[in-house]
Amino acid sequence: MIESILIIGLVNGGTYAILAVGFSLIFGVARILNVAHTAFYMITAFLIYIATGILGFPIYPSVILAILITSLWGMVSYKLFFDRIKEHETAVMIIAIALAMLFQEIFLIAFGAPFNRIAPFIPGFLEIAGIRVLFQHIIAVGISLITLFCLWILLSKTKLGIKIRAIAQDREIANLMGINVGWVCMTTMGISVVLAGVSAAAVAPILGVNPYMWIHPLIIVLAAVVLGGLGSIKGSIAAAFILGFAETTVVFLIPGGAFLRGAVSLSIMVIVLLVRPEGLFGVFFEEERV
Amino acid sequence: MKEYLPWLYRWFRGEVLSVPGKVIAITFFTCLIVIPLISTDSYMLRVLTLAAIFSIYTVSWDLLAGFTGQINLGHALFFGVAAYVAALVNIHFGLPPWVTISVGAVTAVAIGLIVGTPALRLRGLYLSLVTLSFPIILTGLIFAFPNYTGGELGLFGLDPLSNSKIVDYYIVVLVLLGSTLVMWKFTDAGSKFVRTGVILRAIREDEIAARVSGVHTTKFKLLAFAVSGFFAGIAGGLCAHFLRVAGPSNLELMFSFQAIIWTIFGGISTIYGGITGVYILYLVIEFIRLSGEIAEEIRFVFLALILIFTLLFMPEGLTTWVRDRIEIICPRCKKINLMTRHSCRVCRAPLHLERNHTDEKKGA
Repeated sequence: MIESILIIGLVNGGTYAILAVGFSLIFGVARILNVAHTAFYMITAFLIYIATGILGFPIYPSVILAILITSLWGMVSYKLFFDRIKEHETAVMIIAIALAMLFQEIFLIAFGAPFNRIAPFIPGFLEIAGIRVLFQHIIAVGISLITLFCLWILLSKTKLGIKIRAIAQDREIANLMGINVGWVCMTTMGISVVLAGVSAAAVAPILGVNPYMWIHPLIIVLAAVVLGGLGSIKGSIAAAFILGFAETTVVFLIPGGAFLRGAVSLSIMVIVLLVRPEGLFGVFFEEERV
Repeated sequence: MKEYLPWLYRWFRGEVLSVPGKVIAITFFTCLIVIPLISTDSYMLRVLTLAAIFSIYTVSWDLLAGFTGQINLGHALFFGVAAYVAALVNIHFGLPPWVTISVGAVTAVAIGLIVGTPALRLRGLYLSLVTLSFPIILTGLIFAFPNYTGGELGLFGLDPLSNSKIVDYYIVVLVLLGSTLVMWKFTDAGSKFVRTGVILRAIREDEIAARVSGVHTTKFKLLAFAVSGFFAGIAGGLCAHFLRVAGPSNLELMFSFQAIIWTIFGGISTIYGGITGVYILYLVIEFIRLSGEIAEEIRFVFLALILIFTLLFMPEGLTTWVRDRIEIICPRCKKINLMTRHSCRVCRAPLHLERNHTDEKKGA
């Protein structure tokens, strides 16, 4: 039991961590509360499903293609929708919800509500300490850790990363220093959508593909981001793993716990916020982000 | 009595007919009251009744988010709690609808105060995300204890509001009229007697400045949560008794977002924006649904597209956009005037100063 909780918790935590980091990144840089973030996760999952399940392409090229297409679409939608009304925060949020709803309905019309299966990258399982661990679980954990590491390299070692952090710290000064803010914001949107796509590729073979699959991760991501401090990447990662383990524990230990998994994460968030309003890592808006 | 009539007529002509917004509002409510006399199609009445209920709910969100600046992403909590409480009271104690709706609304006020407590410590997006979580936690609990709450199906078999659908419709429209008036007065910054309008706006614009000016911001934020919860609760109770069922769909994330969608589409912090949003978007969706099977499937795609395009071109909402084109505020006395007038109806100050100025420049 404990081993299963550990494995599934790692898988969930890793997925949520990548999603939360992407969400946090675009909020920190472009100040967009992108509620459609997990909709991009859904889009990638569906594209993978269409490519492998329906058209019968091999898995790896279709995964890469799906992530690239979604990321392109993310950048296009940033340019078309978010960029034009950035000053109206609530309008941005509604447009994001509308976009998410649009795709949910399109996929609902095209594929219906049942869960569609994607074949795992490598079928089969491994026996570790007496329990069966699917290869896909190991791949998912691996992918999330590698992605987080790559992101860390990108943000702390490359020129683009420095630009992104500069804009997150102070948009106007960054602009004065000759950074093309509009372009970096769009690239950041692309990166954040790539992160959503990677997490979809990691877990879609485990969880299946469904038009409503974006709602639950969205709730967890919001909770994780608040818990870790909005815009703080370290905080989001830690909070995502905490929530991932908490959720898995509840689902495994309490009968009917599947209904309570959202409730538990959110209760943790509410309690933490009441005790420490600034979030776990005490990061307020304008401060350190990496 | 007789000597008041000319005065009343002059007041009506001067203060009501000369302001386009008021004319539109009066025409709208007259239409709402007249509609059942023209047609009593049961489907249409049902849709219109629900639109009126959702209007109360939406306007109560606007009061909290648009005027006080406490963006509540879980407004369905008030609606749903009131609906469930009304249903439980009605089923277990057999009390008549008006009692259960009041009980539900009072419970929603209590919930509003509880939810408002984090608002004392949290600000901005953090508060929004905390409020978002409450209805989801409650939905989880409802699914986890189906014996008391009816689980996925909800509680059904409630008493109807009244014996006929037409009376139902009139009850709901009158409640809508009454609650809109109360909420409009509550948030009216121009009122001499009720100061909450000014205070709530001050809290929205700059909370610290408001506190420095001697406003007990905590008290007023809680008040806004309570009033908003009360009206959302009334809407929830009415909805439960009208549909005769209270289910988890009343607490859904999407239902909270609906209030936001309707308000932003119509125009935030305007009161009438929410009503416009509901009566346009909800009715459009329902009538698309009538027009065929394919249309029923694509209606949410349609809704999403309408929303995206409205917000791209009018990010402040429909009514604000229209209002800026038919009304102009006098630069001297701040009275509202019709756009086509050249001088203010009260103080005779010229209204379109800047436009003349640029015209002259172009001529030169």
